[in-house]
Amino acid sequence: MTTANEKVVYMDNNATTRVAPEVVEAMMPYLTDSYGNPSSMHTFGGQVGDAVRTARQKVAALLGAEPEEITFTSCGTESDSTAILSALRTYPEKRHVITTRVEHPAVKSLCENLETVTGHKYKITRLKVDSDGMLDMSEYEEALADDTAIVSVMWANNETGVIFPVEEMARMARQRGILFHTDAVQAVGKLDINLKELDIDFLSLSGHKLHAPKGVGVLYIKRGTVFVPFLTGGHQESGRRGGTENVASIVALGRACELAGEKMAEENGRVKKLRDRLEEGLLARVPKSMLNGHKTSRLPNTANISFEYVEGEAILLHMNQHKICASSGSACTSGSLEPSHVLRAMGVPFTAAHGSIRFSLSVYNTEEEVDFVVDKMPAIIESLRKMSPFWKG
Amino acid sequence: MWEYTDKVQQHFLNPRNVGEIDKPSGTGDVGSLACGDALKLTLKINNDDIITEAKFKTFGCASAIASSSVLTEMVIGKSVEEAGKITNQDIANALGGLPKEKMHCSVMGREALEAAIADYRGLVLPMAEGQVVCECFGVTDLEIIRAIKESSLRSVEEITNFTKAGGGCGKCEDKLREILQNTVSSKSEAPVLKIKPKRMTSLQKIKKIEEVLEREIRPGLRKDGGDIELIDVDGDFVIVSLRGACKSCHKSQTTIKEYVEKKLRELVLESLIVEEEN
Repeated sequence: MTTANEKVVYMDNNATTRVAPEVVEAMMPYLTDSYGNPSSMHTFGGQVGDAVRTARQKVAALLGAEPEEITFTSCGTESDSTAILSALRTYPEKRHVITTRVEHPAVKSLCENLETVTGHKYKITRLKVDSDGMLDMSEYEEALADDTAIVSVMWANNETGVIFPVEEMARMARQRGILFHTDAVQAVGKLDINLKELDIDFLSLSGHKLHAPKGVGVLYIKRGTVFVPFLTGGHQESGRRGGTENVASIVALGRACELAGEKMAEENGRVKKLRDRLEEGLLARVPKSMLNGHKTSRLPNTANISFEYVEGEAILLHMNQHKICASSGSACTSGSLEPSHVLRAMGVPFTAAHGSIRFSLSVYNTEEEVDFVVDKMPAIIESLRKMSPFWKG
Repeated sequence: MWEYTDKVQQHFLNPRNVGEIDKPSGTGDVGSLACGDALKLTLKINNDDIITEAKFKTFGCASAIASSSVLTEMVIGKSVEEAGKITNQDIANALGGLPKEKMHCSVMGREALEAAIADYRGLVLPMAEGQVVCECFGVTDLEIIRAIKESSLRSVEEITNFTKAGGGCGKCEDKLREILQNTVSSKSEAPVLKIKPKRMTSLQKIKKIEEVLEREIRPGLRKDGGDIELIDVDGDFVIVSLRGACKSCHKSQTTIKEYVEKKLRELVLESLIVEEEN
């Protein structure tokens, strides 16, 4: 494997992002000189505690939240599990959870376990999506019940970038006295979020999706929400999450959130234009290609395109020859033998689901890179189609 | 990312013998779009039973394409009989190995080769006649049992890696475990599922069928006051008529399928289909 190759065209930012140089710079002192424990009584540790406090303020600022509503965790998955399990422990008599069919495995697997491991003590409603990947709000309204402990709906889908109306959904849940959690791992830094004005009780985010390192996440817990910790131990994070703080990464995440706030306009302007250029170029130049997911209710950086009659892993490996990085929803890359559950829930035909490629951009991408990809893809798809017994082109 | 050998990468990036032979001597068409991989193998075979040309078209991942490509190289120049002995492990070995989750790609290669040879010989493969266990990928019990025996599989996960069975909804997992246990505990039994590579002329076939009927089947039926008569042999169809007590027996269909057909397949040709004269 090549490392840090300048020529890599990285369009897999929904998988993980480059750590911003400013972020690396901000965190470095906490990996070297400032190694104190933020809980210590001495000044040496206390200074580190200050850095964590500052980071908390920066995260809160990006989300339109108060610093005390921010709890640092180890990753998005931990935040998701913590929120949902807290709600179930808060209302042990309520046995119903509402989620969607297109959640990230972090929530999807937890819900499956709630059914099977507990011997179906819990009932899960998984909201359907249409062919654009959008929810049916009347189905949601009907699903809300007195027995519902929590609703967990992602803000934006990691595979297609489709955005769900979580503000409205949270409001509807609140009216029924039901807790609302959103996995906003893909949305934070790309969408304007002001939690003060919203009825969202829990929100998860992950550092490495917005140019901070892997291994740090956040759970936002709205003030006044009853909370039961998942990881118990010391009094860190105001007793909400035991375990000595991952200081360097927390500082990094603070800086990354600050940068994300500054670059939000660029994400929705320049990056979106690049994404559109990529998408239009590919759809125009490759026959039998199609966009997966709603055209407009979508993250500015994501384009999920299906190339019919060819298989995604084969496409990715050819792209790899040109050092182009992306993802696929094909069976061979999903780690299972079936194509992406998201595309299947949308009813994308098998001919297209196996050949889906997700391009996810960031502020580090350039127009030259986009043009390079648009230039290389048609030949890759054509060569594989020539080999395909189903291609009658 | 999958760990592919250099050999897999070579065959994937520069596949050999891509295409379809015009008027092939035998065609093997396996897999489907829904399953995520499919292979169409076409062979040209000369009068001496030597494979002179092999071409493939594959829809699938890198290892599926590489398995198909290397397979064509392996069979060209071989006699049909030699080629028939190629196992999925041989294909994987020729590629310097495959990731365990990708072994089903080599199995697909072997299946296509078998299907192409059977097509050339005008035979019907016995595998498809088993009962479908995995509905997501349409895998039969016979295919699973064969994979367990041939590749010494020891877990449900391994069965999935080799045959894809159980890789979808997972509902057949208990059934797979059961098949695994039964197969492993009865492994002393000879593998009866291999196609007999021998090619027979019609006359040889008829003679052999008569011989088996006389020696192996009639004595048993006569004990019960019945008998059997060979009416015709048309390709792989063996038309028989039951006589005596067997004629009126309500289990006559079972006798034909479970007893007569089974014996003939075991001792004459795997592909035979026995039917009663109407």
